[in-house]
Amino acid sequence: MRKSLVVPALLLATPLLAACTENASDDDAASTDSARAFTVNASDDACEVSGGEAPAGTLTFDVTNTGSQVTEFYLLGDDGLRIVAEVENIGPNVSRKLTVNAVEGSYFTACKPGMKGDGIRGDFTVTPSDDEPEISATDQELVDQALTNYAAYVKDQTAQLLAKTEEFVALYKAGNQDDAARALYPDARTHWERTETVAESFGDLDPKMDLREADVEPGDEWTGWHKIEKDLWPAEAGKYKSLTPQERAFFADDLLANTVDLNDRVQTLTYTIDQVANGSRGLLEEVATGKVTGEEEFWSHTDLWDFQANVDGARVAFEGVEPIVRQNDAELADELAQRFDELQVLLDAQRVGDGFTLYTDLTQDEIKAFSDAVNALSEPLSRLTAAVV
Amino acid sequence: MSPQLSRRGLLGGGAAAAGVAGVFALGRLTEDAPGEDAARAASYAFHGEHQAGIVTPAQDRLHFAAFDVTTDDRDELVALLQDWTAAAARMTQGGAAGPVGPVDGAPNLPPDDTGEAIGLPPAGLTITFGFGPGLFRDQDGTDRFGLADRQPASLRTLPHFPADVLDPALSYGDLCVQACADDPQVAVHAIRNLARIAFGRAAVRWSQLGFGRTSSTSTAQDTPRNLFGFKDGTANLKAEETEALDQHVWVTAADDPASAWLAGGSYLVTRRINMTIEVWDRQPLADQELFVGRTKGEGGPLSGGDEFADFDFDAVTDTAPTIPVDAHVRLVHPDFNDGARMLRRGYNFVDGSTPLGALNAGLFFIAYVRDPDTGFIPVQNAMARSDALMEYLKVTGSALFAVPAGVREGEYVGQALFA
Repeated sequence: MRKSLVVPALLLATPLLAACTENASDDDAASTDSARAFTVNASDDACEVSGGEAPAGTLTFDVTNTGSQVTEFYLLGDDGLRIVAEVENIGPNVSRKLTVNAVEGSYFTACKPGMKGDGIRGDFTVTPSDDEPEISATDQELVDQALTNYAAYVKDQTAQLLAKTEEFVALYKAGNQDDAARALYPDARTHWERTETVAESFGDLDPKMDLREADVEPGDEWTGWHKIEKDLWPAEAGKYKSLTPQERAFFADDLLANTVDLNDRVQTLTYTIDQVANGSRGLLEEVATGKVTGEEEFWSHTDLWDFQANVDGARVAFEGVEPIVRQNDAELADELAQRFDELQVLLDAQRVGDGFTLYTDLTQDEIKAFSDAVNALSEPLSRLTAAVV
Repeated sequence: MSPQLSRRGLLGGGAAAAGVAGVFALGRLTEDAPGEDAARAASYAFHGEHQAGIVTPAQDRLHFAAFDVTTDDRDELVALLQDWTAAAARMTQGGAAGPVGPVDGAPNLPPDDTGEAIGLPPAGLTITFGFGPGLFRDQDGTDRFGLADRQPASLRTLPHFPADVLDPALSYGDLCVQACADDPQVAVHAIRNLARIAFGRAAVRWSQLGFGRTSSTSTAQDTPRNLFGFKDGTANLKAEETEALDQHVWVTAADDPASAWLAGGSYLVTRRINMTIEVWDRQPLADQELFVGRTKGEGGPLSGGDEFADFDFDAVTDTAPTIPVDAHVRLVHPDFNDGARMLRRGYNFVDGSTPLGALNAGLFFIAYVRDPDTGFIPVQNAMARSDALMEYLKVTGSALFAVPAGVREGEYVGQALFA
């Protein structure tokens, strides 16, 4: 296991995400600017935003929960992952206001009734404007915002991991739903892999949940995702004795219990800015050591799902600190953004339906190209931490 | 402390003195006068009319790497060559790869030098750069960097030769770096750091370690032996033969109108020649000598005389030629190849063993020629067709590069190509 990214810290309530680099002089103007003010009607099955486009500047969203479940409202980046701003814990019949300085670009809005899943999403476009917000925040404001957003991202991904793990273990325990379990396996693990370095910081949970068979120490019991992976994809295992229904239930319940534990723990985690930057680098190291080599998903060969998820997580962490990098080393910020793009082009070329090519179906040249692109990104990424502290 | 001092500064006086003695014995030095910083004298100038590492007395160790260029951007390619030039200029003088050095940088940054050469002398390190055909046109013939009209006619993938069983993963390349030194760690340090500098612009395609030179490139050097146990390179082109070098090694502007930029440079052929060592070792001594055409001990021609005696190819023993018609020295001799000569700079290699327990070993052949079409390909064909040694050889890697002229202060390697 790798060095801890996160030292689990004392409980510190995450402040409400009052997203941004407020441009005080524009505040009054923004609040009266109808082109930048929206209402959101968040019900149990809909997320109605009063518009889908705004000029760049300070935007406000008045979110009213008209449903019966506690909900959340997000403005997400064009990758659908990066949290630009969010309000959490909006109870039924409660209204909350989200203010965000948004630059030109494509976004998603999302309501999350029940605070679970991907949310009910809609497209949102920010058009160029003379009021394009300048990065005028102080370093400390940028740091605070990056940390708050990253904590929110980790919690969101872990919540989705928990929801999909619940579904996965139910399918697996059923005994007659293995095809569905196999289909869900790489999808559920995506949420693990996106924040893998955080999960790994819990030295007790990670080995119980994500250990590969080759890494089990003699005398220790092998549990977790990969134990189940082998049972679902026994073809590679040769003379493999399938797990009994009782064993299935044991390992499935164990995985779920540990996921619940993980989810509980990330609620109170706080981060430092170098941890976020190191996490980005750490995720690419995971790619270089486990995914490019096809070792992570030894039985299912779904390594590219994990690869993409590691890259997602690394990119979110980078983009979270990007405003700081831009102030300190704009050239590095440009280089990293370009290298992330180049790696993504290779991943996109391997998309098949909602998933990816199996690792075993990649040619040696394709694997070499992935390896080259990972090296190309990792080298400047190794300088990220020094550029944010 | 200057970065250059970070390696030398840790040198013990004894090691430095030994390094100096070694280089004096080789007879070629930088302009630095004897008596200056002792360790510095054990280095070769990076800048000059020709790149170092060609006529430089062959060092004992090699790390050779071929790269695929991964960027599409000509400016990034040029930036890579600039960065490589700066790093090579430092490392060949005993300095660090980067401007900061292995231990003097910020604690939260990876060092710009990897550090395994701390305390080691320059060890005669030379770093020589070359350009492969793929830099000019890709496999589909596309002009990658606006250089296609400058591709020399002779710079193309070598033709297939009999006994070639090439592994593409050990062949070809858009760029090459030859690092030679008298300390293997110094040579590996150079390639490792240059590869790191290249990430995102070029990626290592293959690399080869060599542990014992198989050619002498100076009359001051003893003739070494290859893994067949024979002296190799006795008749090699030597640094002292300046007229022959001009005739057989250095390209002139008039050689190829498309590639005047290569004037002062040369062509570099590499061939990874595996030897079936175990089978060879079972050959009787007399047969081994007949295959080669020289005696195994002294290394003199079978026709008589010491190592440097002239061959008498007309000599007859009983009714057969004393030097057989399929002897290696006869087939590759200039007299039978329109006078073609090359400057060889190969190294022995042993890359562990094969799954069957045989040595994965042989000769990593390196030759510098003025024109491969006349200086290498015909000789290689003659050898591959008829040479008695071919029974024991299997060529697994092959590449051809154009090596630009030397670098002047303030320039980067290959600058004339991009001018």
